Amino acid sequence: MSNISFVREKAIPQSPPPITESNSIRWIRQNLFSGWLNSLLTILSVYFIYICLRDFIPWAYGGIWTAGSIRECLDINPDVACFSVIGARWRQLLFGFYPSEEYWRPILTFILLFVSIAPILIPRFIKYFWFSLIYPGLAVWLLWGGSIWPVFSIYLALVFGALGFFIAKNQLRFSSGFSLLIGFVSVVVYFFFIAGPFITLFKYILPINLMFIESLQFGGFLLSMIVGFSGIAASFPIGILLALGRQSDLPLVKMICVGFIEFIRGVPLITLLFVASVLLNYFLPPGTSFDIIIRVIIMVTIFSAAYMAEVIRGGLAALPVGQHEASAALGLSYWQAQRLIIMPQALKISIPGIVNTFIGLFKDTTLVSIISLLDPVGLASLIRADQKWNGIYWELYVAIGLLFFVCCFGMSQYSQYLERKLKTDNS
Amino acid sequence: MKKSLFLSVAAIVGFTAGVAAAGTLDDTIARGHVKCGVSTGSPGFSGVDDSGKNVGFDVDYCRALAAAIFNDPMAVKFTPLSSSVRFTALASGEVDILARNTTWTYSRDTDLKQTFLGVTYYDGQGFMAKTSLGVSSTLELDGATICIQVGTTTELNLADYFKANGMTYEPLPTSDNAESKQQYLAGACDAYTTDASALHGTRINMENPDDHIVLPEIVSKEPLGPLVRHGDDQWADVGRWVLNALVIAEEKGITSANIDSFADSKDAEIHRLLGTGDDDMMAMMGMPKDGMYNAIKHVGNYGEIFERNLGATSGINIERGVNNSWTNGGILYSPPFR
Repeated sequence: MSNISFVREKAIPQSPPPITESNSIRWIRQNLFSGWLNSLLTILSVYFIYICLRDFIPWAYGGIWTAGSIRECLDINPDVACFSVIGARWRQLLFGFYPSEEYWRPILTFILLFVSIAPILIPRFIKYFWFSLIYPGLAVWLLWGGSIWPVFSIYLALVFGALGFFIAKNQLRFSSGFSLLIGFVSVVVYFFFIAGPFITLFKYILPINLMFIESLQFGGFLLSMIVGFSGIAASFPIGILLALGRQSDLPLVKMICVGFIEFIRGVPLITLLFVASVLLNYFLPPGTSFDIIIRVIIMVTIFSAAYMAEVIRGGLAALPVGQHEASAALGLSYWQAQRLIIMPQALKISIPGIVNTFIGLFKDTTLVSIISLLDPVGLASLIRADQKWNGIYWELYVAIGLLFFVCCFGMSQYSQYLERKLKTDNS
Repeated sequence: MKKSLFLSVAAIVGFTAGVAAAGTLDDTIARGHVKCGVSTGSPGFSGVDDSGKNVGFDVDYCRALAAAIFNDPMAVKFTPLSSSVRFTALASGEVDILARNTTWTYSRDTDLKQTFLGVTYYDGQGFMAKTSLGVSSTLELDGATICIQVGTTTELNLADYFKANGMTYEPLPTSDNAESKQQYLAGACDAYTTDASALHGTRINMENPDDHIVLPEIVSKEPLGPLVRHGDDQWADVGRWVLNALVIAEEKGITSANIDSFADSKDAEIHRLLGTGDDDMMAMMGMPKDGMYNAIKHVGNYGEIFERNLGATSGINIERGVNNSWTNGGILYSPPFR
């Protein structure tokens, strides 16, 4: 009997997986062709994408950038995009009619925007929070120009108000409510008696001036950014207050907040914009000019604050009641509890909704073209009013769409990063 | 107490503002520029060039006005106004004159409390059709499919016109001029209709302009002109007579180039107009004596403005047609300057 026993003395070398199980083919099999239905859907989808891009890619890729007018474009090749209009008008699409030698101001403002939000978003920069506070004033001065002192005096008014409040509360031992009133009165006193002479004096002894730019010269994406980001920045705190007010036990506060939210939410934004541009002119005395951009920012802010309030209320409602009780049991005051226990959790839950509102608000800024502000969409029709570019539609809208997409996609990606970082699933 | 303080401040602001609004011309002179409302974009009439400068037929009228008052055609602040806010912007004082291809109608003149200063451009509804259709007159469009913007007066005019001529048509509703054009080019309709001035501008920038024809018939009256608020006749006079001066200048052959050669003209009206004679006619309106001279010198006469913005040099190529001086077979006729 022969010995057929076999003992392998060393391990078989690893062989490559079967071709059908190699990485890319396996991935395709598992994800795209895992059954007849999925295979069919895959083929249909690929066909659909092909249909969409078949005409677009040659149209966009072969686009003409160097022609001087739509006529020249058509004479060169009528079947491709005439991006020359972007080349000729990109400054207007980005900055409106802002003087070109002053472009550094909006660009600097834009860069400083990121510097100013860093302390809010990144914990280790929180000690630079003071910059976030002075940024709005700085931005207004950089963008509109003129003397720095009127802007400065508004900050001074806030300092006066705070001073009045703390002196009344800490030195004179008044109640919080009464101290608040004193703070408010000191702001009013400041505006009526101190602000004027102060501005005149400092304009004389220390003139720090930038060229004044009228609101009429603002336009394009700059205008969208100003309205959008001011609205976002202002509507967030107002939204929080409204959400808290709606849950308040004080009937008057609750009624005002509910009334405000329901009224504003029940009205289309375009109506509010018309109020800003048309109706306010009738209410104000003739000759007073209340800047149209500021009017629009106010309207956009209250509109999105109402939505924001409901989003945050959703976050508040998701919190177990035990959180409120526990913070009360720890002896925290109402504001301490909100600041340390309730809001951090509620806001964390609300992040997707908040960013959703922000993105919606940012895109809604294109509505201002209806009240004759020249945002990118308004500029598109103004550009077509030049006979050189009369008849160009797609190229402009593709460019504008791309600008907005980059901004909105950026915001969305950032919110997802924030969600991952804060892990909102409570697990 | 605080409340009454606020109220009194508000009252003071209102009072001073009320005083300041005494006369628009005086306010304008004190301010140093004309506040002119223009369209948010209408080819040939109002737009911006690549460098961001306001250009157009309506824009040039405001520049002439500014040149007459300040001897500076750039002393204008242009506010672009959409059609929905234009009248309130004028009424509230945001602008002092509206040169925004606005049709002069009875109700706008009376009910909306505005004063039209005259007609700068006689527009009207026209039709564009493909040359291959082989029509040369709107009257041959019986039974045609026509692209029409919904909710506009053009829609009603179209119905009236076809009914009056015993013809039928198939309407294809669109939302704006852009959509009309796309539908028309795609062959969804045989012809499309809107204001004739817009048709010309659109046609020139089509792929092959010669494949399309703007039919000669004009089926509605759209007299476009500048307007001001009711109740300030002095300001209205200034605006009206600057427009008239531009028309008279063309009639007399005065252009921005040759205006200085009229200094020793035999025509007394020219001297009255340009302020080169002894009479200071412009003082009657509270304007500088050489106001009209400056307007024509800086901006040109009516014909030059037309040619620059709507005529052959503009690329839009609109024929003068009725918008010509009465001496050249048009209907532009200014009252005498005396």
